[in-house]
Amino acid sequence: MYRYDEYDQAIVDARVDEFRDQVRRRLAGEITEDQFKPLRLMNGLYLQLHAYMLRVAVPYGTLDSRQMRMLAHVARTYDRGYGHFTTRQNIQYNWIRLDQAPDILTELATVEMHAIQTSGNCIRNISSDQYAGAAADEVTDPRPWAELIRQWSTFHPEFTYLPRKFKIAVIAAEEDRAAMRLHDIGIRLHERDGVLGAAIFVGGGMGRTPMIAHEIRDFVTADDLMSYLEACLRVYNRYGRRDNIYKARIKILLHEIGPDDYRRQVEEEFAQVKALGIDPPAAELARITAMFAPPAFDAAAAGDVADRTDPDFAVWLDQNVRAHRQPGYAIVNISLKPVGGIPGDASADQIDVMADLAQRYGFDELRVTHAQNIVLPHVRIADLKAVWTALVDAGLAEANLDLISDIIACPGLDYCSLANARSIPLAQKIGERFADPARQRDLGELKLKISGCINACGHHHAGHIGILGVDRKGTENFQLLLGGSGAEDVSLGKITGPGFDEDGVVDAIERVTDKYLEVRDPGERFVDTYRRVGMTPFKEAIYG
Amino acid sequence: MRLITGNDLATGDVVWWTGGDWSRHIEQAVDAGDRAEAIAREEEAARRVNVPYVIEATATADGPRPAHIKDRIRALGPTVRPDLTLKPADPAAGSWVI
Repeated sequence: MYRYDEYDQAIVDARVDEFRDQVRRRLAGEITEDQFKPLRLMNGLYLQLHAYMLRVAVPYGTLDSRQMRMLAHVARTYDRGYGHFTTRQNIQYNWIRLDQAPDILTELATVEMHAIQTSGNCIRNISSDQYAGAAADEVTDPRPWAELIRQWSTFHPEFTYLPRKFKIAVIAAEEDRAAMRLHDIGIRLHERDGVLGAAIFVGGGMGRTPMIAHEIRDFVTADDLMSYLEACLRVYNRYGRRDNIYKARIKILLHEIGPDDYRRQVEEEFAQVKALGIDPPAAELARITAMFAPPAFDAAAAGDVADRTDPDFAVWLDQNVRAHRQPGYAIVNISLKPVGGIPGDASADQIDVMADLAQRYGFDELRVTHAQNIVLPHVRIADLKAVWTALVDAGLAEANLDLISDIIACPGLDYCSLANARSIPLAQKIGERFADPARQRDLGELKLKISGCINACGHHHAGHIGILGVDRKGTENFQLLLGGSGAEDVSLGKITGPGFDEDGVVDAIERVTDKYLEVRDPGERFVDTYRRVGMTPFKEAIYG
Repeated sequence: MRLITGNDLATGDVVWWTGGDWSRHIEQAVDAGDRAEAIAREEEAARRVNVPYVIEATATADGPRPAHIKDRIRALGPTVRPDLTLKPADPAAGSWVI
């Protein structure tokens, strides 16, 4: 894991001191809310329905047990005993007091954490593959590059006031576990003729105008990557629309001028930028990369075999544990989606349990996933039973990864001031309707995603089944979408037709899954069946 | 009736205008009538409340009921965490929101 050097720590500490003074001035009436709002947002502090909300950055979703315990401490000490892991691989707290926010940031800084780049029109927290460093299909660990981009982007003087927020994802595998092509810039590291480089995708995003990113360059050598990103941002910063918030994202710029013209301008800019020497010297890249060196795996683990005699453990193994590139080790996915629970929520005690497990069994590493789950990326197979037993005791052993009850849901109208409808109660009802584990497994991989408004924090466009909550004359109404995907087979869901009330949309989903079971080919996933047969049979099943 | 609501500056708590002060409990809210916007401006300037705004509500036997579900959720708390609402001992409180 990356560890702060003296400069990193000094920057974060200074930022906390600055914010403490800004809060003091606000409470003393020296500055108005209009003046204070952009300052607090630059420190991740929002004002939501019930209180201030603090969003804490988890860079590329990676953290250690010390940091995880701090997140539990914040939940326990400053909030109401829980936190909410988000689709941006961050965590947010819903019940924060303004006068305590500086103290929270002070405590976070002691474990190299902060809330910078979690709001505002800047380059947001970099996201990445939650299996980085553990996946067999990656060409390199993407996190050193994500860290490099974090350092480049933090307080970048040109890019602190972009036309709109800007999200970057970095992956290094063919399988896309980070919704890379639904980011403003998606970077897929790969090799060509033995040279490391990256394919650059620009202009993706969800929100009210969902778009899939265009491939702007199929290969930029790693030596040129930072200069190329700088060029991509410069063109956006110059031409992105600041006159209309709904047209300010880079996806709209690409839509308006076309990917070819954007590419031409980026290449011209790149020729200028490259001469500036932005790309890091090899020694600096080596310094960062060394901090992401693989842990000291035990070669003797190669012969480990999990004892499958406990049927519940065997189900969890099959559903939540993934192959690791190191023989004898496995990737553990901890579901934060218990039936009837709140997607992404974890109590302080549960957060502590996960920290303990990471420290004891997982080389002290955890990951937050964009699907609002937690990963222990490096667990010895011989330890899986002990990990599972502890998770069972903590209420964290739901065996539903990528099944219909592994629902992504934004906080919705229960917490969010932007929302039009409640996402969480709907997720709970769907989870309860499909609670039977055997039924879920029969349905197979089925990614269901719910957003409580058009801003799409719940990624509804990318759900095999997506749900969008809208306000219809003061009443919650839910539109149903089918056929989306955020993975390497990226696609945008299509609306089935007229919306439903809360119970109606649960019934509609059941009619959709019944139709899928009726028409699927053997072994065919839901989304593949949808792509083969189209919308019509599902629409007929839903609306008659 | 017209209510004024906002968030307490320091704590962020949802608060309601009671005629001379602010309360966390909507049952104590009063109809601010035509002076609602002016009161909101005065109270914000005095730093007694953050981002106040005026909403429509209906007077009922149980107290004011905001017209919009968003303000009813603000008044009670999250429907998915009854233990964190202002009425944790009342399991039926959530039905007031819907």
